Amino acid sequence: MNQQPTNGQKAPAGAGGTDKMVERIERDVARFRDIVKGKIKQNLRKFITNTELIGRQGKTIVSIPVPQIEIPHFTYQWRYVGGVGQGEGEEGEILWFEGQEGEGQRGAGFLPGFHPVEVEITLEELVELLGEELELPRLEPKSYGQMQSEKPRYKSIRRVGPESLRYFKRTFRQALKRQMLSGTYDHENPVIIPIHDDFRYRSFEYEPQPESKAVIFFMMDVSGSMGDEQKEIVRITAFWIDQWIRRHYRGVERRYIVHDAAAREVPEELFYRLRESGGTKISSAYKLCAKFIDEYYPTTEWNIYAFHFSDGDNWEEDDAEAFEVLDEKLLPQVNLFGYGQVHSHWGTGRFLHDLADEFSGDFENLRLTEIRSKDYILDAIRNLLGKQPNSEPFRQRPQSGRA
Amino acid sequence: MSLPAELEQARKEIEAIAREYGLDFFPLVFELVSYKQMNQLAAYTGFPIRYPHWRWGMEYERVRKSYTYGLQVIHEMVINNNPCYAYLLSSNTLLEHKIVMAHVCAHSDFFKNNQWFAHTNRKMLDEMANHSVRIQRYIERYGWERVESFIDICLSIEDMIDYHAVHVKRYPPEEEDGEDPEAPVLTVPKLPSKSYLDKWVNPPEFLEELRRIRQRKKQERRKFPSRPEKDLLLFLIQHAPIEEWQRDILAMIREESYYFAPQAMTKILNEGWASFWHSKIMTERVLKDSEVIDYADHHAAVTAAAPGMLNPYKLGLELLRDIKERWDKGRFGKEYEECDDLAMKEAWDKNLGLGMAKLFEVRRVHNDVTFIDTFLTEEFVRKHKLFVYEFNRYTGAYEISSRDFETVKQKLLFLLTNCGHPIIWVMDGNYHNRGELYLWHQHEGIDLRWDFAIETLKNIHSLWKRPVHLETVKSRRKVRLSIYDRDRFQEEVL
Repeated sequence: MNQQPTNGQKAPAGAGGTDKMVERIERDVARFRDIVKGKIKQNLRKFITNTELIGRQGKTIVSIPVPQIEIPHFTYQWRYVGGVGQGEGEEGEILWFEGQEGEGQRGAGFLPGFHPVEVEITLEELVELLGEELELPRLEPKSYGQMQSEKPRYKSIRRVGPESLRYFKRTFRQALKRQMLSGTYDHENPVIIPIHDDFRYRSFEYEPQPESKAVIFFMMDVSGSMGDEQKEIVRITAFWIDQWIRRHYRGVERRYIVHDAAAREVPEELFYRLRESGGTKISSAYKLCAKFIDEYYPTTEWNIYAFHFSDGDNWEEDDAEAFEVLDEKLLPQVNLFGYGQVHSHWGTGRFLHDLADEFSGDFENLRLTEIRSKDYILDAIRNLLGKQPNSEPFRQRPQSGRA
Repeated sequence: MSLPAELEQARKEIEAIAREYGLDFFPLVFELVSYKQMNQLAAYTGFPIRYPHWRWGMEYERVRKSYTYGLQVIHEMVINNNPCYAYLLSSNTLLEHKIVMAHVCAHSDFFKNNQWFAHTNRKMLDEMANHSVRIQRYIERYGWERVESFIDICLSIEDMIDYHAVHVKRYPPEEEDGEDPEAPVLTVPKLPSKSYLDKWVNPPEFLEELRRIRQRKKQERRKFPSRPEKDLLLFLIQHAPIEEWQRDILAMIREESYYFAPQAMTKILNEGWASFWHSKIMTERVLKDSEVIDYADHHAAVTAAAPGMLNPYKLGLELLRDIKERWDKGRFGKEYEECDDLAMKEAWDKNLGLGMAKLFEVRRVHNDVTFIDTFLTEEFVRKHKLFVYEFNRYTGAYEISSRDFETVKQKLLFLLTNCGHPIIWVMDGNYHNRGELYLWHQHEGIDLRWDFAIETLKNIHSLWKRPVHLETVKSRRKVRLSIYDRDRFQEEVL
């Protein structure tokens, strides 16, 4: 059995050798987080639909269980082992339900391998991973608005100021100049002592910085055929789109428009809850959107993103009008227009294909997608925010143009 | 880096008191560390240097979120080494430092005197640094991906050692005698005889019979190991077709597992011992009146448990105190056990004063399993309201299932046996005479977690490079899990 001798290797100094420990642990932590990010990317499909995340904001740290990072080993099905506890209680008394385990409730605390790995990651990082995995291109602002923010730039010097802004180099240079002029500078003994008049301080000026702003229009068909499941899909998809766009702009406004045969604006909370019962006229939503753009969001200042979700069951005569608004008002003004069609038992799903047929190839900024179920949300996001214009695949009309 | 004067003073004081009480420990070296460093040390299981691997990063992230600096955690902050290094949290008060120091004295005494630690490497701090250096060299030479993947596999089986072999030599002599198992037996030893008598002393039939016996024994020996083995790591080190650098890494990991094994086997006892002594030292000798309340708060926090939950470290302390009382009062032995007058039992006090001596003996001899097996009594279980809980699949809840003494004891023993790992034996390294590896799970009522079992077996396969099999019981049926290659595995009901 070959075992190398310890070759006199001694633990480094710092009584217990702790001095370089920080570097070592950081190396190991970095490697672990890399692996975690890899796992998250592999499992994005699942994380995307995690409803606990939906509704949070940027710097929020979320704790997500990351399976498959645990090193597998031979172990029991711990659920069937049970354990030993201490305290009051009758036979049959419930201690806790599966899934409610807290820190102290793991078999008996001194047992091996019982903890699922949970990692903390900020929502921002998660969105970043989403972008990487789906290869989403960075959004380019089209316009920089007049809204300016002013940033202080420390470019100038003055003679008075707070000590924290003292500019040492200049101070000493000034002192040197003075001493040389007055002849008190000695080459042999080059000591410089600044006096109060020598002190120099950094000073700043405000410089205007152009700011890019964005507005997102979320439009949704809330007619009878859009059920809770469909709305949930829309909610999740809209959330991630919103998160992605936020990463590119400082100020992001969101407007929510619902429609059946008529359209109106609603607050965010209502957007996902409303159910109307009328027929469907998609053009109503597009017209309202166009109106808002005209009134509040001049394209010289705003980057406009619009998304419409529906089950594709539009009133046939309305198609032409909807296309006209799209063609003349919306597509020429927006950075991106995305149409996402959810699947519904009662809808024909016709609109998607009609849209594709009508506009295919004409507009770079039109994106189409189907969202057949929660599992397809990831693909839908890629279709809507991804690189290629993609109406081609949807051009085919369905077999029988049936309902 | 030496301690500030105040702490150095405290250290001398506490160590002197501990020695007065009879504690016997290696020289202690305390180091003050920050909260962050404490977390890092905890991730590294008490050693400031470990080989590079993401598992430490994972542990650090976990520790960072759930850390409580209760004394149960000090256990990991004292290392079994000579000198014995221990870490003090710089934000602690002087009182807290003293408690920790007393606690550490007892831990170190335990490491030094408990027989299960007798063969541990007391220069492990250096050894860990050495392992780290060796592995880093391999990383430089073979690339970190290859090395990391290999270590991942090793870690998958790092607990597959023989826990009861901790107190015997760890490198048994080679079982093979160097003979080529394939070669037929050509010669046999003859009985000594003069040449002219040879035909009668060693008749041809006799020689032939001997040769046949030897051949058969050789066939039998083709099944190796000759006895079922628990130390899978050693088996793989000796027989798996892996490269030398891999063999070396596997050996290092095995080395570390054996080093930690006694600690894993004596957690309850060790923690109970240390708590017993820090409590005794503080209350009898160190605490000033003004500090008593702070101490009581601290102690209460440490020995608290979530309602219904068992604090395993408290269990050790309570059991030791129980033993002390029993041996002081003579509540042991035939006479006591056969007495069935409850009132008499409760008043029993022969004033033997043997408690302290008994405790020292217990700390020398026992591990958690023998400790519980020997000293857990029905009275204790009742007094401390211990119970067994189980999962009820109909309600999806964990429920109290029994307070019966035997049941509680058996459950505790099960949880502690083999440190909570399933017992898996290496049965045959030449299964089917085709060099296949055959493992057997000694099933004791609980099934294996199946997804892990498959992955772990695949890992073993990647080392063995020929088919590997695991025989176990699943849903009450005997099952053999076989891995033929990376993607092909099979479950067969036997």
